[in-house]
Amino acid sequence: MSEPLLRVENLKTQFFTESGTVRAVDGISFEVHEGEIVGLVGESGAGKSVASMSLMRLVEDPGEIVGGEITYRGETLFGLEEGPDGELRERDEMLSESEMRERIRGREIAVIFQDPMESLNPVFTVGGQLREFIELNRDLSSGEARDEAIRMLREVGIPDPAERYEEYPHQFSGGMRQRVLIAMALACEPSLIIADEPTTALDVTVEGQILDLVDDLQDRYDTSFVWVTHDMGVVAEICDRVNVMYLGEIVEQAPVDELFYDTNHPYTKALLDSMPRPDRTVDELDPIEGVMPEAIEPPSGCRFHPRCPDAREVCTRVHPETLEVDRADGYPHRTACVKHDVFDVDYDGSVPLEPGDEAETRVGGTGTEAGADSNSSSTGEEEPASPDGGDPQR
Amino acid sequence: MATTESQLEEQQPSVGPGEDEADEEVETRVGWRYTLAKIKRDATARIGLYIVAVVLFIATFAAIDSNVARLTFGAVQDYPAARALPIFDHPTAIPPPGEANANAPPAFVDGGTLSHPLGTDPQGRDYFTRIVYGSQVSVSVGIVATAIGLIGGTIVGAISGYYGGKVDDVLMRLVETLYAIPPLVLIIVFIVFLSGGSPDIRYAIVGVGITFIPVFARIIRSRVLSVREMDYIEAARAAGVKDRNIIRRHVIPNSFSPVLVYATLQIGVTILTVAGLSFLGYGAQPPTPDWGEMLRIAHGRYMHSNIWLSIWPGLAILVTIMGFNLFGDGLQDALDPRIKN
Repeated sequence: MSEPLLRVENLKTQFFTESGTVRAVDGISFEVHEGEIVGLVGESGAGKSVASMSLMRLVEDPGEIVGGEITYRGETLFGLEEGPDGELRERDEMLSESEMRERIRGREIAVIFQDPMESLNPVFTVGGQLREFIELNRDLSSGEARDEAIRMLREVGIPDPAERYEEYPHQFSGGMRQRVLIAMALACEPSLIIADEPTTALDVTVEGQILDLVDDLQDRYDTSFVWVTHDMGVVAEICDRVNVMYLGEIVEQAPVDELFYDTNHPYTKALLDSMPRPDRTVDELDPIEGVMPEAIEPPSGCRFHPRCPDAREVCTRVHPETLEVDRADGYPHRTACVKHDVFDVDYDGSVPLEPGDEAETRVGGTGTEAGADSNSSSTGEEEPASPDGGDPQR
Repeated sequence: MATTESQLEEQQPSVGPGEDEADEEVETRVGWRYTLAKIKRDATARIGLYIVAVVLFIATFAAIDSNVARLTFGAVQDYPAARALPIFDHPTAIPPPGEANANAPPAFVDGGTLSHPLGTDPQGRDYFTRIVYGSQVSVSVGIVATAIGLIGGTIVGAISGYYGGKVDDVLMRLVETLYAIPPLVLIIVFIVFLSGGSPDIRYAIVGVGITFIPVFARIIRSRVLSVREMDYIEAARAAGVKDRNIIRRHVIPNSFSPVLVYATLQIGVTILTVAGLSFLGYGAQPPTPDWGEMLRIAHGRYMHSNIWLSIWPGLAILVTIMGFNLFGDGLQDALDPRIKN
């Protein structure tokens, strides 16, 4: 397979807060190929948005990318190496902040934000802002940029683009503003667009229109997308491949059909069960029990085990890597769940956990000093789950 | 993508006939026209608006026929605005002394003449002329000094609020240091320091401007703190806009309206402060016709012999400042969408 457009390896982003280090993104790896829409799915707080902002190196204080590697078209957007003094330092070939700003952001990788109401500057006209972005990222004169801006507005389906060009953001409806934001992202002809829940703030009809629009534009411009969402319906609609995130980790990674019809991870299964599906009739939806724990002190072992219906004793000890369990359409189907035979940790021989035990473990694991002690000791017992001890990703 | 295509086709032909509809006056509730209309609806603000307009008009366009001391608006070359920055140099602004009638009373008092409507000063200069030219000094001083404070404060406040952290700490501690010193003392220190012992109205303007930086910086900063969290700032960053341009194009325009209102109120305060400085001898120096300086001369030696010399500049200051304050208050109400009138 050809070199991917974007390769993320073992990316770690942490927030250093007063109450502790939040491991918002904790070692995720995925790839985006040319012309592909890759989903990043998970509940609120799973680290999806932080992961997507990390790709642009736009994590704000107190957050920091602390490890991993991001490669875009052979260029290192982020990468660390061990210096002569043993400290980690940024690699020489890593792009500088000004190179990121001038060459990558906007030109190569663009972002569509979640809230179209807040993402346009209220004091300038829509056209003026669009023109500014085009002028900034493509070497066009002011007049050419204006024509281009109007063309882009027409392209994303804004009626009367020349007149709407002069209007202010508050004169646009939510769906229209999201179209403007898409025009802005597309205007600089980037190869990759990061869409951070772009349809979450819109109602379902408008959402449908926007998804159609993106599908259409993607066919025409062959832009790749990283599509951040919590909505499995949206995923089914437009994504080619999906990464399911839970508490900063990717727990399942598969082509979209494979994910829906051959679900391998209990969390993905729970997500799918918790939403209405046209292909299944159920009396009652099955929500996921409990809430996602804090990323400051994640549960020991598998991070999902306190909420997992299939959890067994081994799950509290073994932290599963994301391993390939299957292949489909030439892409690997990776899962981080010890149920699967690739993980040789005797899941079948382990005792199933009672829901009651779990509650206690979780209460003990957070807050109190004794809890902190037991937590650190349990981390000590953690075993790596790789079958051969080598790099399981290859 | 049939929806957008069909929408486009529907909309395209309607562009032509749509044009004559656009000619009709639509009631918009934004923009400066609407703000102005709103100010006019409020009686006190309207008075303020008119006073400010008259003072600005006189200061900009009035010229004096110094032979008979009356306003002329005919000869463009006489307009102070047509001459380069009038406040710093006033060769023509001072009517020649008329030896014969020094200390003449105003026209409506016994012994006054119509050719000197407000009387003359102890040097025999026409007082009306001096008051009128004094408006130039006051208005330009008020605007220039406020502008220095506004621009300086905006830059400091925006940088401080946008970057936060150590930059914010350092800048804000500096600003608070300035804030802690009584303004008049600080201004006099600045004037003495800048002028090296020979005070002049230019140093007074700079001194007053610098002293007003903290108030503007704090207002801007508090707005910037909320504006910088907006998605459009993040979006600009993600599009590769430089920090400098983000501050200039996105942060400042969205934080500006409260300072703008404050600045109109501040112009009045600035005029009063500079008049006070001139009164104390740290501002305009004779023969510059500044209201504060005129008050100083009048109050020092002529308080009893010719009370009119004190009354006219005092009235001029009072009316001008009242005008700016009423206008500023009205503007504040007009720009606040929660207040309906």
